[in-house]
Amino acid sequence: MPDGAKILVVDDDDAIRKFLRISLTASGYAVIEARTGEQALAKAATESPALVVLDLGLPDLDGREVVVRLRDWFTGPVLILSVRADEIEKVAALDAGADDYVVKPFGIQELLARLRVLLRSRPSVSASPVLDLGALRIDLAARTVAVDGRPSVAFTRKEFDLLALLARNAGKVVTQRQILSEIWGAAHLADTQYLRVYIGQLRAKLGDDPAAARFIRTEPGVGYRLLTPENEAPGGS
Amino acid sequence: MVDDDTRPDPDALLAEVGRADRGRLKVFLGAAPGVGKTYEMLRAAHEAKADGVDVVIGICETHGRRDTEALLVGIEAVPRTLVSYRDRKFAEMDLDAILARAPKLVLVDELAHSNVEGVRHAKRWQDVMEILAAGIDVYTTLNVQHIESLNDVVERISGIKVRETLPDAILERADEIEVVDVTPEVLQKRLREGKVYVPEQAAHAMTRFFSRGNLTALREMALRVAAERVDRDMLDFMRGHAVASAWPARERLLVCLWSGVDAERLVRTGKRMADRSHAPWIVLALGAAGRADPAMEKALMLAEQLGAETEAVGVAGSSVSAILDYARRRNVSRIVVGTAHRLSRLFRRPLHERLIAGGDAFEITVLGGDERTAATPGQRPREEFSPKPYLLGVLYVALAMPFGFFVDTALPLANLSLVFMAPVLASAAQGHVPAATVTSVLAFFAYNYFFTEPRLTLSVIRHYDVLTLAFFLVFSLVVGILGARLNAQVAAMRQSERHTRALYEFTRKALSATSDYDMAWTVVSQVRSSVAVETVLLTPDASGRLAVLAGSPPIDEIDPASEAAAEWAWRQGQRAGWSTNTLPSSQWMFLPLVAREHSQGVLGVRREEGGESVSAADRRLLDTLVDQAALILERARMIAETAEAQRYSQTEKLRTALLSSVSHDLRTPLVSIIGAASTLEALGPYIGETDRRELLHTVSTEAVRLNRFIQNLLDMTRLGYGALAVRRDWLDLADVVAAARERLKGRLDRTELAVRIAPEAAVIEADPTLLEQVLVNLLDNAARYCPGGEAVEVEATLVDGRVVIAVSDPGPGIPPEKRERVFDLFWRAESGDRQGAGTGLGLAIVRGFVEAMGGRVSVGERAGGGARFEISLPQPRAPDLSHEPAHA
Repeated sequence: MPDGAKILVVDDDDAIRKFLRISLTASGYAVIEARTGEQALAKAATESPALVVLDLGLPDLDGREVVVRLRDWFTGPVLILSVRADEIEKVAALDAGADDYVVKPFGIQELLARLRVLLRSRPSVSASPVLDLGALRIDLAARTVAVDGRPSVAFTRKEFDLLALLARNAGKVVTQRQILSEIWGAAHLADTQYLRVYIGQLRAKLGDDPAAARFIRTEPGVGYRLLTPENEAPGGS
Repeated sequence: MVDDDTRPDPDALLAEVGRADRGRLKVFLGAAPGVGKTYEMLRAAHEAKADGVDVVIGICETHGRRDTEALLVGIEAVPRTLVSYRDRKFAEMDLDAILARAPKLVLVDELAHSNVEGVRHAKRWQDVMEILAAGIDVYTTLNVQHIESLNDVVERISGIKVRETLPDAILERADEIEVVDVTPEVLQKRLREGKVYVPEQAAHAMTRFFSRGNLTALREMALRVAAERVDRDMLDFMRGHAVASAWPARERLLVCLWSGVDAERLVRTGKRMADRSHAPWIVLALGAAGRADPAMEKALMLAEQLGAETEAVGVAGSSVSAILDYARRRNVSRIVVGTAHRLSRLFRRPLHERLIAGGDAFEITVLGGDERTAATPGQRPREEFSPKPYLLGVLYVALAMPFGFFVDTALPLANLSLVFMAPVLASAAQGHVPAATVTSVLAFFAYNYFFTEPRLTLSVIRHYDVLTLAFFLVFSLVVGILGARLNAQVAAMRQSERHTRALYEFTRKALSATSDYDMAWTVVSQVRSSVAVETVLLTPDASGRLAVLAGSPPIDEIDPASEAAAEWAWRQGQRAGWSTNTLPSSQWMFLPLVAREHSQGVLGVRREEGGESVSAADRRLLDTLVDQAALILERARMIAETAEAQRYSQTEKLRTALLSSVSHDLRTPLVSIIGAASTLEALGPYIGETDRRELLHTVSTEAVRLNRFIQNLLDMTRLGYGALAVRRDWLDLADVVAAARERLKGRLDRTELAVRIAPEAAVIEADPTLLEQVLVNLLDNAARYCPGGEAVEVEATLVDGRVVIAVSDPGPGIPPEKRERVFDLFWRAESGDRQGAGTGLGLAIVRGFVEAMGGRVSVGERAGGGARFEISLPQPRAPDLSHEPAHA
C-alpha cells in the first residue's frame, strides 16, 4: 500500500502537524512540513512533493491564494483541510485548482482514503476509454453505461457528458462551478437549477438514491462526487 | 368622490378616538346671569356624586345666593390659590392642585373668565383644556354673550360690550351642552328680588341689559347655539358612519379682508355663515406685503380663534384676479367681501363690484358698511402717521424752485412745468401714495404762484397757462400715484423674495449640516438672521427634560419661568410664552417643532435687545421656518437612528466573528485529539514506540488545552452576565502563583519562571479564585511568546496602597498602538482564526476579573524587550496581626 510518495503538510498548528507526520510516515509516505503559506510555496518548489495537504487557516496567506500560486507550476494534487465555517474559502480554493477537501476534525482513515484516490487516479484515467468504478462501468468511447453488469437505459448527450466529467474525477469532488462551466459554458455559472435537474435525471437512470448514495454523492454547498470503492471505505464521512 | 363619501370620514373617526382619553366637557349654557347655571351644575354634581363619581369643586361663584351655597355642602372643594397683582390679592382656581388631586370630575364655574396676571394661562378656558387633556371630566358654566362669534351681535342687541370672550372652537369641543332656560319674566322677577348678582359699577347698564326685549333675544341665541349643536352631533354621527345620502356637496367659504374694510366684523359674520352651512371657511387677507397692518393682523388672529384657516398674501397686481385665483384653487363656493369706505369709491370702481363682474362662478356676498363701528375711533385700521415722506416732498419742491428761476432766466425753455415734475417723481419714488399726491398739489401751486403770469399770484391770465396748469395737475397726480404704487409693489416683491430666499438658504444649509449640533446651530442662526430675533432651540435630553441645544446669540440656559413655558409648549404642542395667552410673562415665545406627530422640541424667540417686536410678515415667515426646522430635526433624528442601526449591525458582525473564532479555539485541539487517536487506532502496528508516546502526549495536552478554553468561555459568560461575585480573603501571593503554575503544568514545562515577591506584598487581600485565573491567563499568554524556553518573570510590590503584580516575557512585545486593544474581547475576533488558537479570550478575562476586584490592568514594555503586563489591586489595609495570641 505505501508507495513512498512525498507529501507536503501545511498547517500552523504544531500538534496537528505532529500527528499528520506520524500517521503519514507510518502509512509509508515521506512527509515534509510547512507552517505558513510562504514556507509552503518555497518547500513545494524545492522539495517537489507528489501531493500537498493544505490547511486553509494560515497566518499569512489565504488558502485560495496559496492554491493559485501553487498552480502556476505545480501539477500534483492539492488536498484542502478546512473547518465547516470555511465553506466559501473552501469552494474558492477548489475552483482555483485544489482537488479535494477534508473537513476538520477528521479520522485518519478518511484522510488516507482521499490521499490514495488522489495519488492513484491521476495517471490511470485518461489511459483507457473504459472506466471501471466497481458497480459502475462507463465506456467513454461508445458512450454506454452499465450498472451492476447490466446496460442501463440510454443517456442524453448532456447527461452523459455530466456523468463522464464526474467519472474522470471519480472519487474527487467536482465543484458546481467546474461542472457548469465545462458542460454548459461560462455564461451559465449561476444556473445551478440545470445542475439539480440533470443530477436528478442521472440518479434516476442509475437507480441511485440521494439519501443513501451509491454513485453520486452531493457535497452540500460545494458540488458532487462520483463514489469509488475507496470512498465507500469505513470511516468516510 | 362618490367612493370617498361612502367611506367613514377619517377625520371624524379620529376626532371620536381623540375624545376617548380626554376628559368630557359639559357646558351649562345660559342666556344671561341669574338663570341658575351654577345651581344646575351643582345639582348635576350631586347626582354624579350619588352615582359614586369622584367630584371636586375647582372654582364656584355663588355670589351669596343661599340656595346655591347650600349645594356646596358635601362636595370637596380644592382650595383656591391667592395671586398678588398690583398690591391686591385675587383668589384664582388652583390648576396644579386640581391636576395633582386628579378627580374624575371637576366643577369650573364661568368658563369665559379671564385670569389675573401671574397665573399660568390668561384665560380660564385654557385651564379647562389642560384639565381635560389630563383625562379629567369638567362641568362648566357659560353665558351666551361670551361666545366669540356672537360677541358683536350681543353688543348690537344689548349695547354692552363684553370683554371676556370664549373662542367658538372651545364650545365646539364640548361633549354636551345643557341649556339652563327660564323665561324673561322669571328672570326679571329674580332681578327685582335681588337674586341676580350685579356688580355695583355696572348696575345701571345691567338694568338696561335685563330689558325684556334683550332677554328674549339672548334666550333665542342660547337655544339656537344648542340646537345647532344637536345638528352637528347628528352630522358627526352620519359622517363617522358613512351615511352618505344626507351629506350634500361641501360648501367652502372664503372671507376676503383688505385694508379699509371692517375686518373683524367680516370675520365674525363669516364665522356665523360658515356655522349655519356647516362649511369650512378660509380667511384671506390681501395687502401690500411688507407693510404691517395691525388691524388686519388682529382680525386674522380672531379668525384663527374662531376656527378659520387663515392666509395672508401680498398682492402686487390685481386684487380681483388674486382673489378669484385663490378661490378657484381652493374650491371655494362662496366669497364674502366687505365694502370699502366711500372715499376710495370716488377713484375706482369698488372692489366688490369688480369681483362680481369677474367671478361669475361664485356666490358673492357683499356686507354693507356698519356706520356705528365705522365711526368708532381706534377701530378703523389706520396706518401710523409719519411726517417724513411729506416733509421730503416739500423739500423736493423747494429745491426745484431755484432751479426753476435759473432755467427761467438763463434758457428760453418753453414750458417750465416739466421742472416741477421732477420733485413729484422723486416723492413717488418713496412708495408713499398720499405723500406723492400732496407733493404734486404743492408743485402745482408753486408753479402757478411763481412762474405763471402774473407772477406771485395764483391767478392766471394766459389761456394756454390755464391749460398747462390743468394738465400739470392731472399728470403729476397720475405720475405720483402710479410711481408710488409701483414702488410699493417692488418693495412687496422684495419682501417676498427675501422670505423665499431665507427659506431656501435655511433648507440648503440645514440639509448640508453633518452633526446634530451643526444642524441645531444652523436652525437658530438662520431663524435669527431671517427674522431678527434672538433664538434658542430646546430639545429633550436623555432623561426627557428640555435642555438648550443651541442658541443665537449663544445661551446656556433660560430662566425658570421661560422653562415652564417651553415645557408647556412642548407637551401641549402649542405656542406659549411672550405675546401668547399662555404664560405670557416669559421673555421668550416658544413654538413647538412638530413633524409627523413627533414633537422634536421647541424653538424659542425673543425680541433682540433694543429691537422691534416681530412684524406680521415675519411672524408668518417664522411659522414656515419652524415647520421646516421640525422636518429637518426629524430628518436628523432618522439619520441618527440609521447610524445606530449600523452600529448595531457592526456589533452583530463582531459577535459572529467572535463566535467563529471561539469555535476555532474549541475545534483545533479536537482536530489533534481525533487525528492522533484515530492514527493510534488505525495504524497502531506501524508506529514506533516514541511516536506512539508522542501521539498519546498530544491527546492529553490537547485535551487540557480544550479544557482551558472551556473554562475561559465559562468565565466570559460569568463576566458577561455580571454574575461575578467577588469574595475577598487574605491570601499568600506565593501560594497563588504556585497554584497557577500547577494548573499550567505541561504548558510551562519548558519555561523558566522567575518569581520575586516583595515582603510587604506577600500577604494580600483579593479573591483567590479570580486572582489565580488571572495569573494562569497571564502566564499562559507569556509562555506562548517564549517557545524557546526563555525566562518569564513574576514580580509583586506594594506601591501607594496597591499591590502591583507584573508578568514579563522577553517575547516580541506589543506595539504601543495595540496595547489597549489586546484586552478587548473583539480584538481576537477581528484577526480571525489566522492566529494560533486561544490567543484572545484570556486577556479579556484578565481585565474583567481584575476590574471586578476593583483593580486595573495595563500592558507596557519590558526593560530589555518584550511585554510587561501589570495588574494593580487596591490594598486598603495591611494584614492585622495585633490580635494574634502571643506564642510562648
